[in-house]
Amino acid sequence: MTDPLVKVRGLRIGATVYPPGEKPHDIEIVHGVDFDLMPGKVLGLIGESGAGKSTIGLASMAYGRGGVKITGGEVWVNGRDILKASLGDVRKLRGGEVTYVSQSAAASFNPAKQIMEQVTEAAISQGKFGKKEAEDRAVSLFRKLGLPGPDTIGKRYPHQVSGGQLQRCMTALALCPEPDLVVFDEPTTALDVTTQIDVLAAIKDAIRDTGVAALYITHDLAVVAQVSDNIMVLRMGDMVEYGPTDQIINHPQEDYTKALVSVRSIDHPEKAPAGEPVLKCEHITARYKGTSFDVLHDVTVALYPGQTLAVVGESGSGKSTLARVITGLLPPRQGKIVFDGRELTPDQPSRPIEDLRELQMIYQMADTAMNPRQTVGTIIGRPLEFYFGLKGAEKQKRIQELLDEIELGDGFQDRYPAELSGGQKQRVCIARALAAKPKLIICDEVTSALDPLVADGILKLLLNLQASENVAYLFITHDLATVRAIADSIAVMYQGRVQRYGTKTDVLSPPFDDYTDLLLSSVPEMKLGWLEDVLANRKMESAGN
Amino acid sequence: MLKNVPLSAVIGLFITASYFLAAIFASVISPYGMAETVGDVWEPSRIGYMLGLMPEGTPRPEYWLGTDQIGRDLLTRMIYGGQTTIFIATAATILSFVTGSVLGFLAAVTGGWFDQLMSRFVDLMMAIPSLILALVILSSIEATVLTLIVLMGLLDSTRVYRLARAVAVDISVMDYVEAARLRGEKLAWIIFREILPNALSPLVAEMGLRFIFMVLFISTLSFLGIGVQPPLADWGGIVKENKDGINFGIGAALYPALAIATLAISVNLVADWVLNRTTSLKGGRG
Repeated sequence: MTDPLVKVRGLRIGATVYPPGEKPHDIEIVHGVDFDLMPGKVLGLIGESGAGKSTIGLASMAYGRGGVKITGGEVWVNGRDILKASLGDVRKLRGGEVTYVSQSAAASFNPAKQIMEQVTEAAISQGKFGKKEAEDRAVSLFRKLGLPGPDTIGKRYPHQVSGGQLQRCMTALALCPEPDLVVFDEPTTALDVTTQIDVLAAIKDAIRDTGVAALYITHDLAVVAQVSDNIMVLRMGDMVEYGPTDQIINHPQEDYTKALVSVRSIDHPEKAPAGEPVLKCEHITARYKGTSFDVLHDVTVALYPGQTLAVVGESGSGKSTLARVITGLLPPRQGKIVFDGRELTPDQPSRPIEDLRELQMIYQMADTAMNPRQTVGTIIGRPLEFYFGLKGAEKQKRIQELLDEIELGDGFQDRYPAELSGGQKQRVCIARALAAKPKLIICDEVTSALDPLVADGILKLLLNLQASENVAYLFITHDLATVRAIADSIAVMYQGRVQRYGTKTDVLSPPFDDYTDLLLSSVPEMKLGWLEDVLANRKMESAGN
Repeated sequence: MLKNVPLSAVIGLFITASYFLAAIFASVISPYGMAETVGDVWEPSRIGYMLGLMPEGTPRPEYWLGTDQIGRDLLTRMIYGGQTTIFIATAATILSFVTGSVLGFLAAVTGGWFDQLMSRFVDLMMAIPSLILALVILSSIEATVLTLIVLMGLLDSTRVYRLARAVAVDISVMDYVEAARLRGEKLAWIIFREILPNALSPLVAEMGLRFIFMVLFISTLSFLGIGVQPPLADWGGIVKENKDGINFGIGAALYPALAIATLAISVNLVADWVLNRTTSLKGGRG
C-alpha cells in the first residue's frame, strides 16, 4: 500500500477577532481535523461559510490567510511535516508541490501581464522547467482544458478572455509546475451555471489525465459529487462526516449531512393565474444612458396577485435591468408598466407615494441593503413612520409584530446589522419591505449570497408570508432549484429577450428550446455520473466558449 | 468608559481640554488684564530662573513667562491670545465643515449640473492659494473677528467639500441609499440619515487636521498684521510683536509656537482615537 500524499492530524487553526468595543481576543476556528489523501485522488471539502474549509485547504500549503494562525497539529505532505519545515522548504512546496486555484480568477490574475507569463511563472521560478518547456506545457494544458486557440490564448491579457476561460487558465497555472496536489477553492462558484459545467468538466478531465491529487473546496454538494472520490463534511471547524462520495450522497449518516443532501426540496404546487394581473410589463425595451445597444428587447410578462413570477437567466441576461425598469430607476425607451390596473410613470421620482409603497424591493446583498449605522428598529420602523405616520408605542408594537413574522422575536430592535448573521440580515430586509404593506415585492437574487440551509429557511419564510399577506413576488434568480421551490410562473431570459414564458409546469416540461434545455440541464444534480450524462446530451454550447 | 482609552488619547484629551478651558476661563485665571502694562520691557521669566538658566545672584523674576515688548504680562497675553485663536479657529472649522459637507453631500446625491457647477467652482477656488486669496480679500474689507471667521471658514470649506463629495459618492451608490430613494425619501433624509452617519469617520479625522490648519492660518494672518488687530491678543500676533526680541536672546516669541505645536499634536491624538473607535474597518487597529 502506498503512503498518503497528504496526512493531516489534529489540525487546529486560530484567529484573532476584533469585536467592536471589546478587547481583541483569539478564537479557534478549526478544532482538530484529520484526513488522508492518497496520490491521484480527490477529496471534497464541503460546508457552509465559516465551516473552515478554505482555511484547511490553505493549511495544506502551510499558509494562514489574513491573521489566521495554525496553532496545532501536523500536516504531512510527501512524508514531511510542513508546519515544522523551514521557510525555504515551504517556498519550495508552494507553487511546486502544492498549488492553488482561487474562487475569483478575475481578481487573482494580474491585469497588466499576459496570461502565458503568469501561467508559467511558478514552474520557471521553481526551476522545474525552462521557459520554452514551461510554455509548451502550458499550451498542452490549455488544449487539455478545452480553451479556444490554445496556441495563442497565452498572448492575451486576462480581460480579453471570458470568466469561465480565465478560471480554466488558472487551472492550467496550477497544473503547470507538475504539482502533486492542487487546492481548488470554490473554482466554479462565481460562474454562471452553464459555464460552471464546462469548467467542472475541464477540471475533472485535467485531474484524471495528469494524475494529480486535489482538495476540492465548495459549498455545493452536487458539484463536489461530480469530481471527488471522498467527501468531508465540515461545520463550524469540526468534521461532521467523512467517507466515499457515494456513501455521503446516497447514504448520509449524520443529520447535518442529510439536511445538506435534501436541501431545496421544498414542494410548491403552482397556482393558476387568477384575476387581474398586479403587474403587467408590455413590450419593454430599455438601454442604459450613454450606451448604444438595448439591454432589454420587447419584454412582456404578467404577474398575478399573491403569486410568484421567477425571472431566470445568466448574468448579463437583463433580469436585474428589468427590475430597475419596473422600479423606475431606469425609464424604458418603449413599452409600459401597468401596476394594479394603472399605468406607472416611467421615472421613479414622479411616482405618487402610494405606488412607491405598494412596490417594494429586496436586494441580493443584505449587508449593503441596510444602513450599518441604523438599528433594526430604525430600519423596519422608518417605512411605518414614512408611509403610515406611526409613532411611539404604536410603531414599537408594529415593529415587534413584523419581527415576529420574520421569526426573529424579542431583543433584535436595538441591534445593528453588523450584529446579525447573513440569514437574519436578509430577514430584516424582508421585514422592511413588508412594513410598507406592498402588493408586489421584487426579490433580486435574495438567496444567492446565502448558505443553502439558510437560503431554504428564507424561501420557506417568503412562501409563508405570501400565503398570509397575499403579496406577489417578482423573483429574479439564476438558480433553477430556487425557481422550482418558489415559482408559479417562469420567464426565462437570454440576451435581453424573454426566451420562454409560462406557468412553471409548462416552462419546465419538454419540448424545450435549445437555451432552456442548456440552462435546465446545467443545474448540478446530486447524483454520481451526472456530469458525463449531461455533456453527452447537450444541444447547444454554453456562452463561456 | 475611560478604561479603554489608550494612553496617547488620554494625553491628547488632557492637553486639548486644558487649552480649551484656559481659553474659556481666560478672564478668571489670568493674573492681570489683557492689555495692562505691568512691568518693564521683556522682563525675564520666572520659569527660566527656576530651571537655573540665569546667572547666580539674579533676583527672582515676578512674572511666570516674563513680559512682552511693552511690558505686559506674557502669561496673560498667552491665555487671552489662546482664547482668540482657539475661538476663531473653532468657529471657522465648524463653518467650513457645515458648508463643505452639506454642499459636498448634496452634489454627490443630486449629481448632474449642480455637481458640475459646484465642483468646477471649487476647483477654481482651490487653484488659487488660500493665503493669497485671503490677503487680497482682507486688503479690501476690515479684519474683524467675524469677517475672519467667515473668510477662513468659506475658503477652507472647499477642501471639506472635496472630501465630503468623494466619500458620499461612494456611499450614495449603496443599496440602502437606493432603498431609501425607492421608498420616496426626501433629500434631507438621505443626506442626514443615510449618508452622514456613514461619512462621519473620515470627516472627524479631517476635522482634527483642519482645526490645526485653521490655527496656523489665523496665526499666519496675524503675524502678517492683517489678522487679529491689536490690542486684542492672539498667538500669531504675539510672535509678531516679540519677534525682535529673538535678536537679544529673548524667547518671548517662542511660547506661542510651542503652544501651537502642542495643541496640534494633542488635537490629532484625540482625532486618531475617535477615528479608531468609529471606524468599522476590520483588523488590527488597536
